[in-house]
Amino acid sequence: MFREAFKLAIRTIRRNALRSFLTVLGVVIGVGAVIGMVTTGQGTTAQVTADVAKLGTNLLMVRSGRGMGPFGGGAKRFSIKDVDAVEAQISGVRITGPSSSQNMTAIFGNENYTTSVTGTDNRFFDAREWKLEKGRLFQEGELRVGDSVCVIGATTRNELFGKSDPVGQIIRLKQISCNVIGLLAAKGVSTSGPDQDDLVVMPLRTFQRRVSGNQDIEMMFVSVKEGISTAKVQRDIERLLRERRRIAPGEEDDFGVMDTKQLASMMTSVTSMLTGLLSSVAAVSLLVGGIGIMNIMLVSVTERTREIGIRLAIGAQARQVLLQFLVEAVVLSLFGGLAGIAAGLIFAAVATSMLGVPFIIDIPTIVVAFAFSAMVGIVFGYFPAQRASRLNPIEALRHE
Amino acid sequence: MDSSEPTEDAPLIELRGVTKVFGEGEGAVAALAGIDLIIRRGEFVAIMGPSGSGKSTAMNILGCLDAPTNGEYLFDGVGVGGLSQDDRALLRRFFLGFVFQGYNLLPRTSALENVELPLVYRGVPPEERRKMALAALAKVGLQGREHHEPSALSGGQQQRVAIARAIVSAPEVVLADEPTGNLDTAKSREIMDLLTELRRAEGITIIMVTHEADMAKYADRIIRFVDGMIATDAAPREAA
Repeated sequence: MFREAFKLAIRTIRRNALRSFLTVLGVVIGVGAVIGMVTTGQGTTAQVTADVAKLGTNLLMVRSGRGMGPFGGGAKRFSIKDVDAVEAQISGVRITGPSSSQNMTAIFGNENYTTSVTGTDNRFFDAREWKLEKGRLFQEGELRVGDSVCVIGATTRNELFGKSDPVGQIIRLKQISCNVIGLLAAKGVSTSGPDQDDLVVMPLRTFQRRVSGNQDIEMMFVSVKEGISTAKVQRDIERLLRERRRIAPGEEDDFGVMDTKQLASMMTSVTSMLTGLLSSVAAVSLLVGGIGIMNIMLVSVTERTREIGIRLAIGAQARQVLLQFLVEAVVLSLFGGLAGIAAGLIFAAVATSMLGVPFIIDIPTIVVAFAFSAMVGIVFGYFPAQRASRLNPIEALRHE
Repeated sequence: MDSSEPTEDAPLIELRGVTKVFGEGEGAVAALAGIDLIIRRGEFVAIMGPSGSGKSTAMNILGCLDAPTNGEYLFDGVGVGGLSQDDRALLRRFFLGFVFQGYNLLPRTSALENVELPLVYRGVPPEERRKMALAALAKVGLQGREHHEPSALSGGQQQRVAIARAIVSAPEVVLADEPTGNLDTAKSREIMDLLTELRRAEGITIIMVTHEADMAKYADRIIRFVDGMIATDAAPREAA
């Protein structure tokens, strides 16, 4: 009997193909949106986690200024002495890299490209666990005298040099002619913030003298020793810097120390919150889709009253009529669910490739979406089916 | 089925003091005011009477589409008057066949599938179902039209499909409610000839409601209803 009901449902649905499609459109959109959102969100989360891991593990970032904005909020910058003090006086610190940055246009031949120019020393690469692809890092002499040499990131290389070898070439940054001595290994595309490979690194002294014109250091990258708690080091840095910057007790910090793990969890919590929010909006359209199915099933029951009468007259029992209409509603919404899953995955495939994040098909999500659409069919199909099954055969047969 | 033997004496259908009241209290209307009726296996009974005489109500009760308010309905010696809706459905499924004035075929469904329908509910496997339906359609003279949908068939042909559907499961009784009501005289005669022939060949008991005396003449007995009671019950010649 179940098989017959299933076959009949398929036939009825195919017979009214357009109407069936419009009926389940709500479910298609609902399931599609949920699947699309969740899949894209999971890809983004995975990417963010990977990106933050690429920043370096056990890494603390110390910024001058309040809050997490890119501009220091007018607070006093760090000096190289602060950097050295953090490295020397805090026991858990492995290495501390200074960093000051400014956006500049780099020119090579006919190509020009605006990128972030960072002044630092070799500790910067060490702290961030950044490997060279080609060439070399800065030499002691270059750092001391502030030579016009630079190490470039993969994105900058692609923009200026294409596939050709940048090492030994000279790029121009405003009035500075800079000898490219090294190429950094790519860290990969990031969704969590600016492209990390989009940079030119020069000796700190060169940057301070010829770019910024001051002795300021905006950021420190602090690498914590293996096995030492980053939280403890973070507290120590805060204490030390408050002392050095003469911040009175009770006064707020004018700098911030952030853990990459903290950053990762912050970013992923933002993504998952957004995903959840959008998915719950999408789930509402599933509800609307279910009501659409109920509506059309009620219409269908009225339209087919005579058919129901015939079936009852020739010996169908109430539960068989109920089953027939229930199966029809469930098959209908399952079609909608399948179409929605397909649409959602297509959407997610496009969206993830545009965002440059991995496309991860999450089977449990799909199973849940499929089960949910079946449930929509049962819940919203039951009332019309019950109405059909309670028809009086004599009246149903008389129905025009 | 041994009902083809005319000597079989046990009544197939027996109504004892059957009443049917619609509504309650002061608005109650008695459609049947105490009916006693015996129909034997293989009989062809015509039911006549003016509208409102209770003949349709009697037909619904005989067809187990409705339950009597009072009285007893014995089908093959078993009381079925008090059965539930679902049990009556089973009774219809296994023992009864219906032919209606308006044919009542499923639209946009082939003749073959229409005829197969009662077998679906009987749980007959698809292949056997097909075979039985084809045989039933052949009996009503519709070979070659098995795959036509009702809309592609004439009224007479549609009624033949309906008759095939009624007999495909070899029921004890076929209940025909004004089977020729929508047909012209020539077609009506064809349908009556078909019913008569099926009854003779298959030994099916036929109960037919009609208001056309010409059609009633095909029956062995004509039962006339007036005001919810049986007024006359006689062979056609006597009744006329």
